[in-house]
Amino acid sequence: MITETQTPEDSKMWTARLRNSWQRNLPIDKLLPDTQPAYVASWIYVFGVLTLVAFVDILISGLILAFAGPAWYHTSSLGLFVNSLHFWGVQLFFVFMVVHLWGKFWMAAWRGRRTATWITGMVAFLASIGTAFTGYLIQTNFDAQWIAFEAKDGFNAVGVGAFFTPTNIGQIMLIHVALLPLVLGVITVMHVLMVRKRGVVPPIDALPGNEAL
Amino acid sequence: MNVPAKYIHFNSWLQISVSNLIVILIMLAIFAAAILIPFPGAHSKSPSDSGDK
Repeated sequence: MITETQTPEDSKMWTARLRNSWQRNLPIDKLLPDTQPAYVASWIYVFGVLTLVAFVDILISGLILAFAGPAWYHTSSLGLFVNSLHFWGVQLFFVFMVVHLWGKFWMAAWRGRRTATWITGMVAFLASIGTAFTGYLIQTNFDAQWIAFEAKDGFNAVGVGAFFTPTNIGQIMLIHVALLPLVLGVITVMHVLMVRKRGVVPPIDALPGNEAL
Repeated sequence: MNVPAKYIHFNSWLQISVSNLIVILIMLAIFAAAILIPFPGAHSKSPSDSGDK
C-alpha cells in the first residue's frame, strides 16, 4: 500500500520493486529502439532475426499440425504441405542459427557484460537440438524407428533410460509439442531481452565512440 | 530415400555423409557471403562517420 507521504517509487510492494527494476534496466526506448549503431548495417547481423522468423514459422506450422493431427498431415496434400513447412522451417532455423553462432563467436559477442546473453544463446541451441531430435522421433517412419532404437541405447548407456524413452511415442510427442517449445520460447525471450538491454555487440575493431554500450 | 547414404572417408579418422558435407559447405558459403556482400544503404567508414546513426 502507498501511504499519503510515499511516492510510487518508494513503495515496498513487489509490483513497484519489479516495475522500478524493469524501468531502470530496460527502459522502453531500449526495449523498442528505432535506430541501431552504424556497424549493424552488415548481413552478418541479420541472422539472429532470421532465426527468430524461422522459429515463428515452426511454431505456427507446429500448432496447425498438433491441432489437425497425423491422420490429416500424413494423407491430405495441404497437410503434407504444412508438414513440409514445419520440416524445412527447422532446416532453415538451424542453418540461420549456426551462421548467427559463428558470427557471434568470431566477434567475441560475450564482451561488454554480455556473458548471460551468450549463455542463453548456447542453452537455446542445446534446447533446439533436443526439440529437433524429438521431432525426428515422431515422424512415424523407418527413419524415426532407426533413430529411436539407436538413441535408446545411448540414453541407457548414460543412465537416463528410465526417464527418457525414445521408443515411447506418447512421451516423446508430449516433450516435443509441450515441454521443449515452452523452454525454447522462454529462453529465446530472455535472450532477446538481454540483447535489447546491452545493445548489439560492436565489432572488435569498432571505434570507442561507436559502441552500443 | 531407399538407398544407403553415400559416405566420404578421409584418412580413416574422418567419415561424413555427402548430404551432411553439402549442408556444412552451404552454411560456410552463406557465412562468407554475409561477411563479404555489402549491406544495402551501408556507407563506407570514414573518420567523420564514427558515431551512431
